[in-house]
Amino acid sequence: MATKPAKKSAAPVNPLKRDDNEKLLTGWGRTAPSMAHVVKPGSVDELRDLVAKAGERGILARGLGRSYGDAAQAGGGTVLDMSGFDSIELDTVHGTVTAGAGASVDSLLKTLVPAGYFVPVTAGTRMITVGGAIAADVHGKNHHVEGSFGSHVHALDLVTGHGRVEDLAPTRKAEHFWATVGGIGLTGVVTKATFDLIPITSSLISVDTDRCADLDAVMSSMIEKDDQYRYSVAWIDSVSPSGRGVITRGDHAPSSQLDAKQSETPLAYDPKIVATAPPFLPSRLLNKFTVRAFNEAWFRKAPKSRQGELQPIGEFFHPLDGVQEWNRIYGPGGFIQYQFVVPDSAGYLIDYALKRLREVGAPSFLTVLKRFGAANPAPLSFPQPGWTLAADVPARVEGLGAVLDEIDGLVAASGGRLYFAKDSRQSPEMVAQTYPRLTEWQGVRDQMDPRGIFTSDLARRLSL
Amino acid sequence: MMDALGEPQSVLVLGGSSEIALETVKALPRNRLRRVLLAGRPNAARHAAVESLTAMGITGVEAIDFDAKDTSSHGGVIDGVFDAGDIDLVILAFGVLGDQDAAEADPSLAVEVATTNYTGAVSVGLHVARRLRKQGHGALVVLSSVAADRARRANYVYGSTKAGLDAFAQGLGDALHGSGASVLVVRPGFVRTRMTAGMPEAPMTTNPQDVAEIIVKALRKGKETVYAPGPLMYVMGVMKNLPRPVFRKISEKQG
Repeated sequence: MATKPAKKSAAPVNPLKRDDNEKLLTGWGRTAPSMAHVVKPGSVDELRDLVAKAGERGILARGLGRSYGDAAQAGGGTVLDMSGFDSIELDTVHGTVTAGAGASVDSLLKTLVPAGYFVPVTAGTRMITVGGAIAADVHGKNHHVEGSFGSHVHALDLVTGHGRVEDLAPTRKAEHFWATVGGIGLTGVVTKATFDLIPITSSLISVDTDRCADLDAVMSSMIEKDDQYRYSVAWIDSVSPSGRGVITRGDHAPSSQLDAKQSETPLAYDPKIVATAPPFLPSRLLNKFTVRAFNEAWFRKAPKSRQGELQPIGEFFHPLDGVQEWNRIYGPGGFIQYQFVVPDSAGYLIDYALKRLREVGAPSFLTVLKRFGAANPAPLSFPQPGWTLAADVPARVEGLGAVLDEIDGLVAASGGRLYFAKDSRQSPEMVAQTYPRLTEWQGVRDQMDPRGIFTSDLARRLSL
Repeated sequence: MMDALGEPQSVLVLGGSSEIALETVKALPRNRLRRVLLAGRPNAARHAAVESLTAMGITGVEAIDFDAKDTSSHGGVIDGVFDAGDIDLVILAFGVLGDQDAAEADPSLAVEVATTNYTGAVSVGLHVARRLRKQGHGALVVLSSVAADRARRANYVYGSTKAGLDAFAQGLGDALHGSGASVLVVRPGFVRTRMTAGMPEAPMTTNPQDVAEIIVKALRKGKETVYAPGPLMYVMGVMKNLPRPVFRKISEKQG
């Protein structure tokens, strides 16, 4: 047997060399990247081991990376690819499902819809995971009547900073449960969750559309009639000073509303990808003119008023999922999505914010207005009663920072706040002011993660 | 953390009294700045720099002791800074011009210039790179010079140190490429500063504020190399390729 050559003195590890598992991560807005060690645990035990061994740069779970900012990245740390936790167990007796944290809403719908069920809350994209939906406490078009995702969760398993698995529920360790809902991944790693489902008899949505000539008309119609619908959202023409918009409202269509052909397969579900955005697009593709043209077309394509139109789930809930990687259209500079909520008493800030964004020349092509219902008990959950506006704008617009800071100030003064899942630029002071239960949450978090190993770029940026 | 709009929260200046670095800090978007460390030898200029930034309402401005020539201390200084919190932006701005005449007469003076401008920068640059790699993000700005493109008779000791520094910084940028950390090499021409006071001005002379603005824009765009002013890139493109006799004549005229 040949003897191995004796090692010379141990060569120092080159700190600049890259590990195979290191990846540059950004949010959906493709801004502020950071490098992390991405590891995919295959079991709860492996996950607990990774948590126990987490280094000083911390550890964080990541789903499908649809948070717009830096919530699902942790520079220098370990980022957990949760796609291995993708189990889906439907319980038709109780009308609930138990799903792995890495299971996507996309895969859930493929299982649930043909069986006659729908997820309790869906965001504007189905490319999110169960873990992410809990961490961001996502909301959908039904918030005004049914609340956010966390309100429908019966139980969840969480690996805490102690490396233990905690079985949490609103009635069991409620403090830990609600700190985890909306806790942006900072209380531990969710491995699975059980939540309510909506029984459906068809896979179509019965949609009423109203085109409104100005923002006042949009808002008064929403105040007046939103209560009559399970789902409601308005698209606003951000280019037009009138603030005109299109409200779409609806509910799951009963099978009785389907025609003969549709009735053959009432629960058919087959969302299509129509196109994929090319990888390299010039940063000037989106400019004042293209955005103006898009907004004009979007407004015109809507009927003035139409009742009971049957739309597939994908078209009604997730129109942008039809274009894969649509976030590339903003070019290499990336974009931010600015979303705030203000109480009804500050509804005027919707108009003001749109005006300021127009003035700074920040073209937004998908601006969405929605009314929120009651908040849930989670200290860091975003939704609260009032109006929420979401606008996406290219990050490199000159002077954007100052304008957003100004709007932030007004939002804060009115008792409103920004959404962590969208945020990529607010200040730590803004968070402290607008999430009054932050210190309470931090106290609970510190119990659950005494070593402070769960962290993210967002947590560092906002001093959470 | 640097935010989506490129606004940093923390800055470390190596060469804490550098006028270009100071102007760069002033030209940065300031709404998120909460920690600005000016590293240099304790002197009046460093003290004044802290005062002037604080007077502008920037919070968390602090001076720390740092000696470019004392390379054995670099690891400790850099670790101390990064252990206390992430650094989004590092500006490597120290450097001396030296006296070419004196250096030719006394080579130990040339060694001083080389130690500060090149050896010191290589040492601290690698320590900074190690920590930027570890945190997974951050930018390092290295103040090189057009003198790095082609050394002139009148200051080739200085020019050669900048040429070495420039090559080092480019290589470091390549080593860090795609790692979340980045290096921006800045090549200013003649800048009106304390270092050049009393010297005859060259064409395309700028002020520290002009260089600062160019640096901030380049950072925002994610550039790797930038000249100040920008058009110097074309001038130096020609200069670099001039035959020796022609270049000698031109540089003699300039003195």
